[in-house]
Amino acid sequence: MNPQKYSNTKATLAIAKASFRAILRSPSAVVFTLAFPLIFIVVFANIGGGGVTVDVGVAKTTDTLSPIYQALKSVKVVHLIQDQTTEDMKGNLSKGIIDAVIDIHKNNALPAYTINVQYTKASVEKGNILRSVLSNIYYNINNRTLGGTPPVAEIKETTVSGREYKYIDFILPGQLGFSILSSGVFGTAFVFLSLRLTLVIKRFFATPVRRSSIVLGEALARIAFSLLGALFIILVGHYLFGFTLIHGVVTVLNMLVLSTLGLIIFMGFGFIISGIAKNESTVPPLSNIITMPQFLLSGTFFSVTAFPKWLQAISNVLPLTHLNNAMRKVAFEGAGLADVTHQLLILLIWFVIVYAVAIKTFKWE
Amino acid sequence: MAKQPIITVNNLVKNYGDFAAVKGISFEVYEGEIFGLLGPNGAGKTTTLEIIETLREKTSGDITVDGFNIDTDKDSIKQRIGVQLQAAGYYPNLNLSELIELFAGLYGVDKTPMEMLGKVALTDKAKAKYKDLSGGQKQRFSIATTLINNPRIVFLDEPTTGLDPQARRNLWDLIREIRDQGTTVVITTHYMDEAEVLCDRVAFVDAGHIIGINTPDHFIDELVASGFERKKQVKLANLEDVFINLTGKEWREG
Repeated sequence: MNPQKYSNTKATLAIAKASFRAILRSPSAVVFTLAFPLIFIVVFANIGGGGVTVDVGVAKTTDTLSPIYQALKSVKVVHLIQDQTTEDMKGNLSKGIIDAVIDIHKNNALPAYTINVQYTKASVEKGNILRSVLSNIYYNINNRTLGGTPPVAEIKETTVSGREYKYIDFILPGQLGFSILSSGVFGTAFVFLSLRLTLVIKRFFATPVRRSSIVLGEALARIAFSLLGALFIILVGHYLFGFTLIHGVVTVLNMLVLSTLGLIIFMGFGFIISGIAKNESTVPPLSNIITMPQFLLSGTFFSVTAFPKWLQAISNVLPLTHLNNAMRKVAFEGAGLADVTHQLLILLIWFVIVYAVAIKTFKWE
Repeated sequence: MAKQPIITVNNLVKNYGDFAAVKGISFEVYEGEIFGLLGPNGAGKTTTLEIIETLREKTSGDITVDGFNIDTDKDSIKQRIGVQLQAAGYYPNLNLSELIELFAGLYGVDKTPMEMLGKVALTDKAKAKYKDLSGGQKQRFSIATTLINNPRIVFLDEPTTGLDPQARRNLWDLIREIRDQGTTVVITTHYMDEAEVLCDRVAFVDAGHIIGINTPDHFIDELVASGFERKKQVKLANLEDVFINLTGKEWREG
């Protein structure tokens, strides 16, 4: 009858192709994956650094005439605070109300200036922003005074981390996370529920296709679509809004790898919802239970560190928080995947939990 | 032609919890015939069909399809049968030609969409969506998807329900064509006139039992011989003949 051997790969790819075509023609997928994130990016990029400021206390002993101080003053993200007593600064620093305390001395010998920075564990993220800003200034000043031949070690350091932190650098990874979250949860839940309810899957079962091919084919299509969307968002962000990509293509690839991992986890939520939902009208409320808290609390628009402590505790449990953090580290700080193992580990825990539940709740018919 | 059984069902039982849907039925379907499963709703026709189609697990009994045991060779059976489900949908947002491509991939065969759509006279609808087809076109398309893998047997579950007389006759012609090309057809229907003209043999199923298997002619002759008479004198034509005569044989799309 059939001389050639049955190919599961061929079946999987046939499903992936069909699903990809269907996604492209589904308005909601395109709106959630591309339009919404782009609109948010355009809106917030134009509002400018509205969301993120780093509050830096200036020690009384600081040489405010030094070029370093002047350079720091011109950085919009950095908000310099001089009207607090040394005692207040110390207390506020430990509470994370201010993100760092800086003290700049002029030396009589070389190097001409010493910058003492105190960071706080209460605000690690913003401390990192300041660290980048400072090393950027440090690099520029060294470059100017030494006439283009700065010490080798300093060049290395500054190419890794010296750059201006723009709001787009904050908002874009968050929007990417949001795009992946909605595509993974809503898209997967809707597709598998409707395939089940309209007996499409039952008809598939009358063919020799394996169940794993159906899931894999659908997943491949969704990943392909979301990665194209992510790539589009990154490129628009980079070329139109100056989104920072430290290592260029490598950074983009790392971001796409993170997107894939995130998508796989969020698709798990989609599988769970498709199993629990009785009909299509119960999908949006169930999906919103998953997506809304993460949308608001995972540092999509506002840095998690802007929240009160008790809220931060919730934020720090959510998978999107860690995906966003990893994404920002990769994009802005130029971290490799090996540098975000902490985030990846938490995402792995989520993966195990989500798919353990998904296997229990998923329904084929 | 020697009557070679292609499907053998022996003492099939299916229980849903306490409810026995199929209570030990046995029958054979011969190669190359159109075999009808007839009976009221809830008699167990669809359940029986779906068990043979490998879509449902049976409670007990033995089934052989084209020489393969259903317990051990589900995959070989799936490759040899074509299945049309009652009320099954198709992948959303795809046109007919893309759906055929998808099914060719699922069956692992190389068939062009035009070749398959040509078999059911739907080539001009290649770019249409399934949901935009008329009832008759939907059924013909469903049948096209069952033929992709050159099946030995096709199963059609109430393919003519809801169709107008022209579309119904058009579908009968298609089903006969499939049979004439050597494919065995198993069909369920609620229309006895349809079973009478279309089926080579029929089985009556009621309350999970088979209460008779034979040719339609045999059953009718048997009933007449028992002294049965219709209340109304049978005329040489019926109202459907009038309908077809008045509105034409031409099958309308739409």
